Amino acid sequence: MDQWLQALGKGGLSFFERLGRGNVFLLRTLTGLPSAMGHFRLVIQQLHSVGVLSIQIIGVSGLTVGMVLGLQMYNTLVDFGAEDSLGPVVALSLVRELGPVLAALLFAGRAGSALTAEIGLMKATEQLSGMEMMAVDPIKRVIAPRFVAGFISMPLLAAIFSAVGILGSYFVGIGLLGVDSGAFWSQMQSKVDLMEDVVNGVIKSVVFGFVATWIAVFEGYDAVPTTEGVSRATTRTVVHTAFAVLGLDFVLTAMMFGED
Amino acid sequence: MANASKDEVLVRIRGLHFSHGPRVILDGIDVDIRRGSVATIMGPSGTGKTTLLRLIGGQLKPDAGTVEVDGQNVASLSRGELFQLRKRMGMMFQTGALFTDLTVFDNVAFPLREHTDLPESMIRDLVIIKLNAVGLRGARDLMPSELSGGMARRVALARAISLDPMMIMYDEPFTGQDPITVGVIMQLIRRLNDNMGLTSVIVSHDVAEVSAISDQICLLSGGKVVADGSPRDLRESQSAWAKQFLNAEPDGPVPFHYPAKDYRDDLFGERD
Ligand SMILES: Nc1ncnc2c1ncn2[C@@H]1O[C@H](COP(=O)(O)OP(=O)(O)OP(=O)(O)O)[C@@H](O)[C@H]1O
Ligand SMILES: [Mg+2]
Repeated sequence: MDQWLQALGKGGLSFFERLGRGNVFLLRTLTGLPSAMGHFRLVIQQLHSVGVLSIQIIGVSGLTVGMVLGLQMYNTLVDFGAEDSLGPVVALSLVRELGPVLAALLFAGRAGSALTAEIGLMKATEQLSGMEMMAVDPIKRVIAPRFVAGFISMPLLAAIFSAVGILGSYFVGIGLLGVDSGAFWSQMQSKVDLMEDVVNGVIKSVVFGFVATWIAVFEGYDAVPTTEGVSRATTRTVVHTAFAVLGLDFVLTAMMFGED
Repeated sequence: MANASKDEVLVRIRGLHFSHGPRVILDGIDVDIRRGSVATIMGPSGTGKTTLLRLIGGQLKPDAGTVEVDGQNVASLSRGELFQLRKRMGMMFQTGALFTDLTVFDNVAFPLREHTDLPESMIRDLVIIKLNAVGLRGARDLMPSELSGGMARRVALARAISLDPMMIMYDEPFTGQDPITVGVIMQLIRRLNDNMGLTSVIVSHDVAEVSAISDQICLLSGGKVVADGSPRDLRESQSAWAKQFLNAEPDGPVPFHYPAKDYRDDLFGERD
Protein backbone atom coordinates (compact mmCIF):
# COMPACT_ATOMS: atom_id res chain seq x y z
CA MET A 1 0.00 0.00 0.00
CA ASP A 2 2.81 2.33 1.00
CA GLN A 3 4.72 1.61 -2.15
CA TRP A 4 1.62 2.00 -4.22
CA LEU A 5 0.99 5.44 -2.74
CA GLN A 6 4.60 6.39 -3.26
CA ALA A 7 4.44 5.36 -6.90
CA LEU A 8 1.23 7.32 -7.32
CA GLY A 9 2.80 10.40 -5.75
CA LYS A 10 5.89 10.10 -7.87
CA GLY A 11 3.88 9.62 -11.04
CA GLY A 12 1.69 12.58 -10.17
CA LEU A 13 4.64 14.82 -9.43
CA SER A 14 6.44 13.96 -12.64
CA PHE A 15 3.23 14.43 -14.59
CA PHE A 16 2.74 17.93 -13.23
CA GLU A 17 6.40 18.73 -13.65
CA ARG A 18 6.20 17.81 -17.33
CA LEU A 19 2.98 19.76 -17.71
CA GLY A 20 4.72 22.77 -16.20
CA ARG A 21 7.71 22.42 -18.48
CA GLY A 22 5.37 22.00 -21.43
CA ASN A 23 3.61 25.23 -20.58
CA VAL A 24 6.81 27.21 -20.11
CA PHE A 25 7.96 25.79 -23.42
CA LEU A 26 4.70 26.84 -25.06
CA LEU A 27 5.06 30.38 -23.75
CA ARG A 28 8.61 30.60 -25.07
CA THR A 29 7.43 29.25 -28.42
CA LEU A 30 4.61 31.77 -28.62
CA THR A 31 6.97 34.66 -27.83
CA GLY A 32 9.21 33.30 -30.61
CA LEU A 33 6.40 33.51 -33.18
CA PRO A 34 7.03 37.08 -34.37
CA SER A 35 10.62 36.27 -35.25
CA ALA A 36 9.52 33.06 -36.97
CA MET A 37 7.25 35.17 -39.12
CA GLY A 38 10.32 37.29 -39.89
CA HIS A 39 12.00 34.14 -41.25
CA PHE A 40 9.02 33.25 -43.36
CA ARG A 41 11.12 31.10 -45.69
CA LEU A 42 11.59 28.65 -42.81
CA VAL A 43 7.84 28.47 -42.25
CA ILE A 44 7.29 27.74 -45.95
CA GLN A 45 9.82 24.88 -45.84
CA GLN A 46 8.04 23.42 -42.84
CA LEU A 47 4.62 23.88 -44.41
CA HIS A 48 5.92 21.66 -47.16
CA SER A 49 7.26 18.89 -44.95
CA VAL A 50 4.51 19.02 -42.34
CA GLY A 51 1.52 19.88 -44.51
CA VAL A 52 2.07 19.07 -48.16
CA LEU A 53 3.70 15.72 -47.51
CA SER A 54 0.75 14.71 -45.31
CA ILE A 55 -1.82 15.33 -48.06
CA GLN A 56 -1.38 11.88 -49.52
CA ILE A 57 -2.28 9.90 -46.41
CA ILE A 58 -5.03 12.36 -45.50
CA GLY A 59 -6.52 12.15 -48.99
CA VAL A 60 -6.42 8.35 -49.21
CA SER A 61 -7.85 7.93 -45.71
CA GLY A 62 -10.54 10.53 -46.34
CA LEU A 63 -11.58 8.79 -49.54
CA THR A 64 -11.87 5.32 -47.98
CA VAL A 65 -13.62 6.60 -44.86
CA GLY A 66 -16.09 8.48 -47.06
CA MET A 67 -16.73 5.42 -49.23
CA VAL A 68 -17.30 3.17 -46.22
CA LEU A 69 -19.57 5.74 -44.62
CA GLY A 70 -21.56 5.96 -47.84
CA LEU A 71 -22.04 2.19 -47.94
CA GLN A 72 -22.95 1.76 -44.29
CA MET A 73 -25.28 4.74 -44.08
CA TYR A 74 -27.03 3.75 -47.27
CA ASN A 75 -27.79 0.28 -45.90
CA THR A 76 -29.48 1.76 -42.85
CA LEU A 77 -31.21 4.65 -44.57
CA VAL A 78 -32.66 2.58 -47.35
CA ASP A 79 -34.70 0.55 -44.82
CA PHE A 80 -36.59 3.73 -43.98
CA GLY A 81 -36.75 4.90 -47.57
CA ALA A 82 -34.52 7.80 -46.57
CA GLU A 83 -31.61 7.19 -48.90
CA ASP A 84 -31.94 10.75 -50.19
CA SER A 85 -30.55 11.86 -46.82
CA LEU A 86 -27.26 10.13 -47.53
CA GLY A 87 -25.65 13.47 -48.42
CA PRO A 88 -26.36 15.34 -45.18
CA VAL A 89 -25.69 12.30 -42.95
CA VAL A 90 -22.26 11.73 -44.44
CA ALA A 91 -21.41 15.41 -44.58
CA LEU A 92 -22.44 16.02 -40.98
CA SER A 93 -20.46 13.06 -39.66
CA LEU A 94 -17.38 14.14 -41.55
CA VAL A 95 -17.51 17.87 -40.99
CA ARG A 96 -18.44 17.75 -37.32
CA GLU A 97 -16.51 14.72 -36.09
CA LEU A 98 -14.59 12.41 -38.34
CA GLY A 99 -12.79 15.04 -40.38
CA PRO A 100 -11.17 16.90 -37.48
CA VAL A 101 -10.59 13.84 -35.26
CA LEU A 102 -9.27 11.39 -37.83
CA ALA A 103 -7.20 14.05 -39.56
CA ALA A 104 -5.63 14.93 -36.20
CA LEU A 105 -4.86 11.29 -35.42
CA LEU A 106 -3.33 10.76 -38.86
CA PHE A 107 -1.49 14.05 -38.53
CA ALA A 108 0.06 12.86 -35.27
CA GLY A 109 1.17 9.64 -36.92
CA ARG A 110 2.53 11.19 -40.09
CA ALA A 111 3.73 14.70 -39.26
CA GLY A 112 3.82 14.82 -35.45
CA SER A 113 6.06 11.80 -35.07
CA ALA A 114 8.37 13.15 -37.78
CA LEU A 115 8.59 16.51 -36.01
CA THR A 116 9.43 14.86 -32.70
CA ALA A 117 12.04 12.58 -34.22
CA GLU A 118 13.65 15.39 -36.17
CA ILE A 119 13.88 17.77 -33.23
CA GLY A 120 14.94 14.98 -30.87
CA LEU A 121 17.73 13.93 -33.20
CA MET A 122 18.86 17.52 -33.60
CA LYS A 123 19.12 17.61 -29.83
CA ALA A 124 20.92 14.27 -29.63
CA THR A 125 23.50 15.34 -32.21
CA GLU A 126 24.13 18.63 -30.37
CA GLN A 127 22.71 20.72 -33.20
CA LEU A 128 20.46 22.56 -30.77
CA SER A 129 23.22 23.31 -28.29
CA GLY A 130 25.49 24.23 -31.19
CA MET A 131 22.90 26.75 -32.24
CA GLU A 132 22.71 28.14 -28.73
CA MET A 133 26.47 28.53 -28.67
CA MET A 134 26.17 30.54 -31.87
CA ALA A 135 23.81 32.85 -30.02
CA VAL A 136 20.78 31.66 -31.99
CA ASP A 137 17.76 30.63 -29.97
CA PRO A 138 16.63 27.18 -31.20
CA ILE A 139 13.11 27.91 -29.99
CA LYS A 140 12.90 30.77 -32.44
CA ARG A 141 14.89 29.19 -35.25
CA VAL A 142 13.76 25.55 -35.07
CA ILE A 143 10.64 25.22 -32.93
CA ALA A 144 8.56 28.26 -33.79
CA PRO A 145 8.49 27.76 -37.60
CA ARG A 146 7.51 24.12 -37.13
CA PHE A 147 4.81 25.10 -34.68
CA VAL A 148 3.35 27.69 -37.05
CA ALA A 149 3.43 25.23 -39.94
CA GLY A 150 1.64 22.51 -37.96
CA PHE A 151 -0.93 24.95 -36.66
CA ILE A 152 -1.73 26.20 -40.16
CA SER A 153 -1.66 22.77 -41.81
CA MET A 154 -3.96 20.85 -39.48
CA PRO A 155 -7.24 22.71 -40.22
CA LEU A 156 -6.48 22.59 -43.94
CA LEU A 157 -5.78 18.86 -43.79
CA ALA A 158 -9.01 18.32 -41.86
CA ALA A 159 -10.89 20.26 -44.54
CA ILE A 160 -9.29 18.15 -47.27
CA PHE A 161 -10.19 15.01 -45.34
CA SER A 162 -13.86 16.02 -45.13
CA ALA A 163 -14.08 17.19 -48.72
CA VAL A 164 -12.48 14.06 -50.14
CA GLY A 165 -14.63 11.94 -47.83
CA ILE A 166 -17.80 13.54 -49.16
CA LEU A 167 -16.63 12.89 -52.70
CA GLY A 168 -15.94 9.26 -51.77
CA SER A 169 -19.44 8.75 -50.46
CA TYR A 170 -20.79 10.48 -53.56
CA PHE A 171 -19.02 7.99 -55.81
CA VAL A 172 -20.33 5.06 -53.81
CA GLY A 173 -23.83 6.42 -53.29
CA ILE A 174 -24.47 7.75 -56.77
CA GLY A 175 -22.17 5.54 -58.81
CA LEU A 176 -22.76 2.16 -57.17
CA LEU A 177 -25.97 2.39 -55.20
CA GLY A 178 -28.05 4.62 -57.42
CA VAL A 179 -28.90 7.46 -55.05
CA ASP A 180 -30.22 10.55 -56.81
CA SER A 181 -27.41 13.00 -57.38
CA GLY A 182 -29.60 16.11 -57.13
CA ALA A 183 -31.08 14.97 -53.82
CA PHE A 184 -27.63 14.14 -52.46
CA TRP A 185 -26.31 17.67 -52.96
CA SER A 186 -29.46 19.69 -52.32
CA GLN A 187 -30.27 17.85 -49.09
CA MET A 188 -26.70 18.37 -48.00
CA GLN A 189 -26.90 22.04 -48.76
CA SER A 190 -30.09 22.57 -46.83
CA LYS A 191 -29.20 20.45 -43.78
CA VAL A 192 -25.60 21.45 -43.18
CA ASP A 193 -25.45 24.77 -41.40
CA LEU A 194 -22.46 26.98 -41.96
CA MET A 195 -22.12 28.27 -38.41
CA GLU A 196 -23.46 25.32 -36.47
CA ASP A 197 -21.64 22.58 -38.36
CA VAL A 198 -18.84 23.85 -40.56
CA VAL A 199 -17.47 26.54 -38.27
CA ASN A 200 -17.64 24.29 -35.22
CA GLY A 201 -15.75 21.63 -37.13
CA VAL A 202 -13.13 24.16 -38.13
CA ILE A 203 -12.81 25.31 -34.51
CA LYS A 204 -12.20 21.71 -33.49
CA SER A 205 -9.53 21.22 -36.10
CA VAL A 206 -7.81 24.46 -35.06
CA VAL A 207 -7.76 23.31 -31.42
CA PHE A 208 -6.50 19.85 -32.40
CA GLY A 209 -3.85 21.35 -34.64
CA PHE A 210 -2.61 23.53 -31.81
CA VAL A 211 -2.47 20.66 -29.33
CA ALA A 212 -1.04 18.07 -31.71
CA THR A 213 1.75 20.38 -32.88
CA TRP A 214 2.50 21.54 -29.36
CA ILE A 215 2.85 17.94 -28.15
CA ALA A 216 5.01 17.00 -31.13
CA VAL A 217 7.52 19.84 -30.83
CA PHE A 218 7.62 19.68 -27.03
CA GLU A 219 8.29 15.93 -26.97
CA GLY A 220 11.13 16.44 -29.44
CA TYR A 221 12.64 19.33 -27.51
CA ASP A 222 12.24 17.55 -24.17
CA ALA A 223 13.49 14.16 -25.43
CA VAL A 224 16.34 12.44 -23.64
CA PRO A 225 19.12 13.03 -26.18
CA THR A 226 19.88 9.40 -26.97
CA THR A 227 18.61 6.85 -29.47
CA GLU A 228 16.12 5.27 -27.06
CA GLY A 229 15.16 8.68 -25.74
CA VAL A 230 14.14 9.86 -29.19
CA SER A 231 12.27 6.68 -30.00
CA ARG A 232 10.34 6.89 -26.73
CA ALA A 233 9.53 10.53 -27.37
CA THR A 234 8.18 9.68 -30.82
CA THR A 235 5.90 7.04 -29.38
CA ARG A 236 4.73 9.44 -26.68
CA THR A 237 3.83 12.02 -29.31
CA VAL A 238 1.46 9.66 -31.06
CA VAL A 239 -0.09 8.27 -27.88
CA HIS A 240 -0.48 11.57 -26.06
CA THR A 241 -1.89 13.29 -29.12
CA ALA A 242 -4.47 10.53 -29.49
CA PHE A 243 -5.55 10.88 -25.85
CA ALA A 244 -5.59 14.66 -26.00
CA VAL A 245 -7.55 14.80 -29.26
CA LEU A 246 -10.15 12.25 -28.22
CA GLY A 247 -10.60 13.86 -24.79
CA LEU A 248 -10.82 17.36 -26.20
CA ASP A 249 -13.23 16.17 -28.87
CA PHE A 250 -15.65 15.06 -26.20
CA VAL A 251 -15.35 18.33 -24.31
CA LEU A 252 -15.73 20.44 -27.43
CA THR A 253 -18.65 18.39 -28.72
CA ALA A 254 -20.43 18.74 -25.39
CA MET A 255 -19.88 22.49 -25.47
CA MET A 256 -20.91 22.97 -29.11
CA PHE A 257 -23.73 20.52 -29.65
CA GLY A 258 -24.62 19.57 -26.06
CA GLU A 259 -27.68 21.68 -25.35
CA ASP A 260 -30.23 21.15 -28.08
CA MET B 1 33.49 47.04 -16.44
CA ALA B 2 35.25 49.88 -18.20
CA ASN B 3 38.72 48.61 -17.49
CA ALA B 4 37.71 45.01 -17.98
CA SER B 5 38.97 45.08 -21.54
CA LYS B 6 42.44 46.02 -20.33
CA ASP B 7 42.48 42.97 -18.11
CA GLU B 8 45.25 40.56 -19.00
CA VAL B 9 43.08 37.58 -18.23
CA LEU B 10 40.22 36.77 -20.58
CA VAL B 11 38.82 33.70 -18.83
CA ARG B 12 39.03 33.58 -15.08
CA ILE B 13 37.75 30.48 -13.31
CA ARG B 14 37.58 30.45 -9.54
CA GLY B 15 36.56 27.65 -7.19
CA LEU B 16 34.45 25.97 -9.86
CA HIS B 17 32.35 23.02 -8.73
CA PHE B 18 30.02 21.07 -10.96
CA SER B 19 28.18 17.75 -10.61
CA HIS B 20 25.97 15.68 -12.86
CA GLY B 21 23.46 14.44 -10.29
CA PRO B 22 25.43 12.71 -7.57
CA ARG B 23 28.60 12.45 -9.66
CA VAL B 24 31.05 15.23 -8.94
CA ILE B 25 32.72 16.20 -12.21
CA LEU B 26 34.64 19.38 -11.34
CA ASP B 27 35.72 19.81 -7.76
CA GLY B 28 37.17 23.25 -7.20
CA ILE B 29 38.97 24.47 -10.32
CA ASP B 30 41.01 27.66 -10.62
CA VAL B 31 42.31 28.55 -14.06
CA ASP B 32 43.33 31.80 -15.74
CA ILE B 33 43.52 32.02 -19.50
CA ARG B 34 45.41 35.04 -20.74
CA ARG B 35 44.21 37.20 -23.59
CA GLY B 36 45.88 36.28 -26.85
CA SER B 37 47.19 32.95 -25.67
CA VAL B 38 46.57 29.40 -26.79
CA ALA B 39 45.58 27.36 -23.78
CA THR B 40 45.10 23.63 -23.79
CA ILE B 41 43.04 21.59 -21.39
CA MET B 42 44.18 18.01 -21.13
CA GLY B 43 43.06 15.16 -19.02
CA PRO B 44 41.88 11.59 -19.10
CA SER B 45 38.71 10.77 -20.96
CA GLY B 46 35.63 11.56 -18.91
CA THR B 47 37.23 14.02 -16.50
CA GLY B 48 35.00 16.85 -17.59
CA LYS B 49 36.90 18.77 -20.24
CA THR B 50 33.87 19.18 -22.48
CA THR B 51 31.89 20.04 -19.37
CA LEU B 52 34.39 22.80 -18.58
CA LEU B 53 34.00 24.27 -22.07
CA ARG B 54 30.23 24.22 -21.66
CA LEU B 55 30.57 26.05 -18.37
CA ILE B 56 32.72 28.69 -20.04
CA GLY B 57 30.14 29.02 -22.81
CA GLY B 58 27.34 29.37 -20.27
CA GLN B 59 25.48 26.24 -21.36
CA LEU B 60 25.82 24.76 -17.90
CA LYS B 61 25.61 26.60 -14.61
CA PRO B 62 28.22 25.95 -11.91
CA ASP B 63 27.10 24.56 -8.56
CA ALA B 64 29.61 26.86 -6.89
CA GLY B 65 32.37 29.20 -7.99
CA THR B 66 32.51 31.57 -10.93
CA VAL B 67 33.50 31.66 -14.57
CA GLU B 68 34.34 35.13 -15.83
CA VAL B 69 34.79 35.79 -19.52
CA ASP B 70 35.99 39.24 -20.48
CA GLY B 71 35.11 40.51 -17.02
CA GLN B 72 31.55 39.19 -17.07
CA ASN B 73 30.34 36.46 -14.76
CA VAL B 74 28.83 34.06 -17.26
CA ALA B 75 26.35 32.40 -14.90
CA SER B 76 24.77 35.70 -13.83
CA LEU B 77 24.16 37.09 -17.33
CA SER B 78 20.65 37.43 -18.68
CA ARG B 79 19.82 35.45 -21.77
CA GLY B 80 20.26 38.47 -24.00
CA GLU B 81 23.62 39.38 -22.49
CA LEU B 82 24.78 35.79 -22.74
CA PHE B 83 23.86 35.73 -26.43
CA GLN B 84 25.79 38.97 -26.96
CA LEU B 85 28.81 37.37 -25.33
CA ARG B 86 28.44 34.18 -27.36
CA LYS B 87 28.55 36.10 -30.62
CA ARG B 88 32.14 36.80 -29.64
CA MET B 89 32.86 33.15 -28.80
CA GLY B 90 33.24 30.40 -31.33
CA MET B 91 32.95 26.79 -30.34
CA MET B 92 33.88 23.71 -32.27
CA PHE B 93 31.99 20.75 -30.86
CA GLN B 94 33.57 17.36 -30.35
CA THR B 95 30.97 15.78 -32.62
CA GLY B 96 30.91 18.63 -35.12
CA ALA B 97 27.24 19.38 -34.47
CA LEU B 98 26.71 20.45 -38.08
CA PHE B 99 23.14 21.16 -39.14
CA THR B 100 22.20 18.05 -41.06
CA ASP B 101 19.61 19.80 -43.22
CA LEU B 102 22.04 22.41 -44.55
CA THR B 103 24.91 22.06 -47.01
CA VAL B 104 28.50 22.64 -45.93
CA PHE B 105 28.31 26.12 -47.41
CA ASP B 106 25.11 27.00 -45.58
CA ASN B 107 26.47 25.61 -42.32
CA VAL B 108 29.43 27.96 -42.45
CA ALA B 109 27.23 30.82 -43.62
CA PHE B 110 24.72 30.23 -40.83
CA PRO B 111 26.23 32.52 -38.15
CA LEU B 112 26.88 35.23 -40.73
CA ARG B 113 23.32 35.13 -41.99
CA GLU B 114 21.90 35.11 -38.48
CA HIS B 115 23.99 37.88 -37.01
CA THR B 116 25.02 40.21 -39.82
CA ASP B 117 23.28 42.09 -42.61
CA LEU B 118 26.03 41.44 -45.10
CA PRO B 119 24.97 41.08 -48.74
CA GLU B 120 24.88 37.53 -50.05
CA SER B 121 27.88 38.10 -52.35
CA MET B 122 30.05 39.09 -49.41
CA ILE B 123 28.82 36.15 -47.33
CA ARG B 124 29.80 33.89 -50.20
CA ASP B 125 33.31 35.27 -50.30
CA LEU B 126 33.74 35.01 -46.53
CA VAL B 127 32.50 31.43 -46.48
CA ILE B 128 34.85 30.48 -49.31
CA ILE B 129 37.78 32.02 -47.44
CA LYS B 130 36.94 30.08 -44.26
CA LEU B 131 36.42 26.84 -46.15
CA ASN B 132 39.67 27.32 -48.01
CA ALA B 133 41.46 27.74 -44.70
CA VAL B 134 40.37 24.24 -43.66
CA GLY B 135 40.97 22.79 -47.11
CA LEU B 136 37.34 22.10 -47.94
CA ARG B 137 36.52 24.79 -50.47
CA GLY B 138 35.69 22.04 -52.96
CA ALA B 139 33.24 20.36 -50.58
CA ARG B 140 30.94 23.33 -50.23
CA ASP B 141 27.94 21.70 -51.88
CA LEU B 142 28.06 18.45 -49.94
CA MET B 143 25.59 17.62 -47.19
CA PRO B 144 27.00 16.78 -43.74
CA SER B 145 25.94 13.14 -44.22
CA GLU B 146 28.36 12.96 -47.16
CA LEU B 147 31.38 14.01 -45.08
CA SER B 148 33.83 11.84 -43.20
CA GLY B 149 34.22 12.42 -39.46
CA GLY B 150 37.41 14.38 -39.94
CA MET B 151 35.92 16.54 -42.68
CA ALA B 152 32.84 17.27 -40.56
CA ARG B 153 35.09 18.50 -37.80
CA ARG B 154 36.95 20.79 -40.18
CA VAL B 155 33.66 22.25 -41.40
CA ALA B 156 32.73 22.80 -37.77
CA LEU B 157 36.02 24.63 -37.35
CA ALA B 158 35.29 26.84 -40.34
CA ARG B 159 31.89 27.60 -38.88
CA ALA B 160 33.33 28.40 -35.46
CA ILE B 161 35.61 31.05 -36.96
CA SER B 162 33.11 32.50 -39.40
CA LEU B 163 32.12 35.43 -37.19
CA ASP B 164 35.75 36.27 -36.33
CA PRO B 165 35.19 35.88 -32.59
CA MET B 166 37.48 37.07 -29.81
CA MET B 167 37.80 33.58 -28.42
CA ILE B 168 37.46 30.10 -29.88
CA MET B 169 37.02 26.85 -28.03
CA TYR B 170 38.07 23.71 -29.88
CA ASP B 171 36.87 20.39 -28.49
CA GLU B 172 39.32 17.76 -29.73
CA PRO B 173 40.15 19.33 -33.09
CA PHE B 174 42.80 16.74 -34.01
CA THR B 175 40.90 13.55 -33.31
CA GLY B 176 40.25 11.52 -36.43
CA GLN B 177 42.46 13.66 -38.69
CA ASP B 178 45.27 12.37 -40.85
CA PRO B 179 48.79 13.62 -40.00
CA ILE B 180 48.79 16.21 -42.78
CA THR B 181 45.50 17.68 -41.65
CA VAL B 182 46.66 17.68 -38.04
CA GLY B 183 49.62 19.79 -39.10
CA VAL B 184 47.40 22.14 -41.09
CA ILE B 185 44.93 22.57 -38.25
CA MET B 186 47.73 23.18 -35.75
CA GLN B 187 49.14 25.92 -37.94
CA LEU B 188 45.67 27.29 -38.53
CA ILE B 189 44.87 27.54 -34.84
CA ARG B 190 48.14 29.25 -34.06
CA ARG B 191 47.95 31.57 -37.07
CA LEU B 192 44.36 32.60 -36.42
CA ASN B 193 45.25 33.22 -32.84
CA ASP B 194 48.21 35.45 -33.59
CA ASN B 195 46.99 37.24 -36.71
CA MET B 196 43.52 38.01 -35.46
CA GLY B 197 44.39 38.55 -31.82
CA LEU B 198 42.19 35.72 -30.66
CA THR B 199 42.32 33.64 -27.55
CA SER B 200 42.09 29.90 -28.10
CA VAL B 201 41.07 27.17 -25.72
CA ILE B 202 41.80 23.65 -26.96
CA VAL B 203 40.74 20.37 -25.50
CA SER B 204 43.02 17.68 -26.78
CA HIS B 205 44.86 14.49 -25.95
CA ASP B 206 47.60 14.95 -28.50
CA VAL B 207 50.52 15.85 -26.29
CA ALA B 208 53.08 16.47 -29.00
CA GLU B 209 50.81 18.62 -31.14
CA VAL B 210 49.49 20.84 -28.41
CA SER B 211 52.90 21.25 -26.78
CA ALA B 212 54.08 22.73 -30.04
CA ILE B 213 51.39 25.39 -30.28
CA SER B 214 50.20 26.08 -26.73
CA ASP B 215 51.29 28.82 -24.39
CA GLN B 216 49.63 27.12 -21.47
CA ILE B 217 48.65 23.58 -20.65
CA CYS B 218 46.25 22.77 -17.91
CA LEU B 219 45.99 19.18 -16.78
CA LEU B 220 42.72 18.05 -15.22
CA SER B 221 42.23 14.86 -13.32
CA GLY B 222 39.67 13.71 -10.83
CA GLY B 223 37.89 17.05 -10.95
CA LYS B 224 40.98 19.03 -9.99
CA VAL B 225 43.72 20.91 -11.79
CA VAL B 226 46.79 18.77 -11.21
CA ALA B 227 49.23 20.77 -13.30
CA ASP B 228 49.08 24.18 -14.98
CA GLY B 229 51.81 26.02 -16.82
CA SER B 230 53.69 26.39 -20.08
CA PRO B 231 54.55 23.21 -22.00
CA ARG B 232 58.16 23.59 -20.86
CA ASP B 233 57.10 23.96 -17.20
CA LEU B 234 55.14 20.79 -17.50
CA ARG B 235 57.93 18.83 -19.15
CA GLU B 236 60.35 19.91 -16.47
CA SER B 237 57.93 19.50 -13.62
CA GLN B 238 58.43 16.69 -11.20
CA SER B 239 54.68 16.26 -10.81
CA ALA B 240 53.79 12.63 -11.19
CA TRP B 241 50.58 13.63 -12.96
CA ALA B 242 52.35 15.64 -15.60
CA LYS B 243 54.96 12.94 -16.13
CA GLN B 244 52.42 10.22 -16.54
CA PHE B 245 50.35 12.18 -18.98
CA LEU B 246 53.12 13.63 -21.11
CA ASN B 247 54.90 10.29 -21.34
CA ALA B 248 51.72 8.29 -21.82
CA GLU B 249 52.49 5.86 -19.04
CA PRO B 250 49.68 3.48 -18.18
CA ASP B 251 50.51 3.46 -14.48
CA GLY B 252 50.60 6.44 -12.23
CA PRO B 253 48.29 8.73 -10.31
CA VAL B 254 45.79 8.98 -13.17
CA PRO B 255 43.52 5.96 -13.04
CA PHE B 256 42.77 4.29 -16.37
CA HIS B 257 39.52 2.84 -15.04
CA TYR B 258 36.17 4.42 -14.45
CA PRO B 259 35.49 4.09 -10.69
CA ALA B 260 34.58 0.46 -9.97
CA LYS B 261 34.85 -2.13 -7.29
CA ASP B 262 37.89 -4.34 -7.02
CA TYR B 263 38.59 -6.25 -10.26
CA ARG B 264 39.35 -9.54 -8.49
CA ASP B 265 36.18 -9.21 -6.46
CA ASP B 266 34.20 -8.51 -9.61
CA LEU B 267 35.44 -11.66 -11.30
CA PHE B 268 35.63 -14.12 -8.43
CA GLY B 269 33.60 -12.55 -5.63
CA GLU B 270 29.91 -12.81 -4.97
CA ARG B 271 27.65 -12.08 -7.91
CA ASP B 272 25.03 -9.40 -7.57
N1 LIG C 1 24.22 14.65 -19.27
C1 LIG C 1 25.00 13.96 -18.42
N2 LIG C 1 24.46 13.33 -17.36
C2 LIG C 1 25.23 12.66 -16.48
N3 LIG C 1 26.56 12.55 -16.57
C3 LIG C 1 27.16 13.15 -17.60
C4 LIG C 1 26.43 13.88 -18.58
N4 LIG C 1 27.29 14.38 -19.48
C5 LIG C 1 28.50 13.97 -19.09
N5 LIG C 1 28.43 13.23 -17.96
C6 LIG C 1 29.56 12.66 -17.24
O1 LIG C 1 30.45 13.71 -16.98
C7 LIG C 1 31.78 13.28 -17.13
C8 LIG C 1 32.54 14.30 -17.90
O2 LIG C 1 32.07 14.34 -19.22
P1 LIG C 1 32.81 15.18 -20.33
O3 LIG C 1 32.05 15.00 -21.59
O4 LIG C 1 33.01 16.56 -19.84
O5 LIG C 1 34.21 14.40 -20.43
P2 LIG C 1 35.48 14.75 -21.32
O6 LIG C 1 36.55 15.11 -20.37
O7 LIG C 1 35.12 15.73 -22.37
O8 LIG C 1 35.79 13.33 -21.94
P3 LIG C 1 36.33 12.96 -23.42
O9 LIG C 1 37.78 13.25 -23.44
O10 LIG C 1 36.05 11.51 -23.53
O11 LIG C 1 35.54 13.80 -24.38
C9 LIG C 1 31.74 11.91 -17.77
O12 LIG C 1 32.27 10.98 -16.84
C10 LIG C 1 30.31 11.61 -18.03
O13 LIG C 1 30.00 10.32 -17.54
MG1 LIG D 1 34.80 15.66 -24.36
